[in-house]
Amino acid sequence: MPTKPAGTLYRGREGMWSWVGHRITGVVIFFFLLVHVLDTSLVRVSPEAYTAVIGAYKNPLMALGETGLVAAIVFHAFNGLRIIAVDFWKKGAKYQRQMLWVVLGLWVVTMVAFAIRHLSLALGGH
Amino acid sequence: MSATEIQSPRSGQIAGKPESGKIAPKYRRNGNSRGNFEMLAWLFMRLSGVVLVVLIFGHLIVNLLVGEGIHAIDFGFVAGKWADPFWQFWDLAMLWLAMLHGTNGVRTIINDYAEKDSTRFWLKMVLYAASAVIIILGTLVIFTFNPCPVVDGVQLPGGFCPA
Repeated sequence: MPTKPAGTLYRGREGMWSWVGHRITGVVIFFFLLVHVLDTSLVRVSPEAYTAVIGAYKNPLMALGETGLVAAIVFHAFNGLRIIAVDFWKKGAKYQRQMLWVVLGLWVVTMVAFAIRHLSLALGGH
Repeated sequence: MSATEIQSPRSGQIAGKPESGKIAPKYRRNGNSRGNFEMLAWLFMRLSGVVLVVLIFGHLIVNLLVGEGIHAIDFGFVAGKWADPFWQFWDLAMLWLAMLHGTNGVRTIINDYAEKDSTRFWLKMVLYAASAVIIILGTLVIFTFNPCPVVDGVQLPGGFCPA
């Protein structure tokens, strides 16, 4: 049986988990993007076809799905800026861990604000 | 230097010289038949990433957070936006940059996890074909969009036609 490797600077720590999160959110966003270009392309079929399919987005379950998608996008965006800082800022590698906590803090603040606004629009009234 | 300090490959201090900003020889990976492609792909991810943060955050704010939010989105909403070359260009840039950024990301993932040469090759061919179809389709839709579609001389309902 292979022995478990000892903890390292990278493995099983913030650096690795942010990389895992970046990959998963990236793939999720990519597949949504393929579908999103296809649904938007319906404007070229007919106004009614587009409005009907877009109508399917306007229900409570999709509102939660959209919030999840935006959560993935915002994490990928902020962590992507952190990766750029790690690569191009002289002290980036040294402070990558602290920068991840900044990313997560900004992510929580952004998502709370987005969720309040989007869910009250999508679920309230109408 | 403490044992936990990570040294940048760009620090160029291996030869004992002060920081030159050049990549130390043992970290240089070009010089083979692939040329600079991987380095350019790496650079593209960073440059397009910064631009995409602006484009996509703007897209989400304008489409989901302003006014009535998602309730306002219908054919007329798209027609109103694409009547303006500013939003046509915005969406075109977003389409191309996001698709190339995403395609290169998935290419990296395929290269990482598909171990068999033929599997890797075919997965990437499927990826490139799908990406090409989506980019071409999206581009054509943005540029050939008609706010007042007419079929056989009859206006389709829901369109925006001049009176």
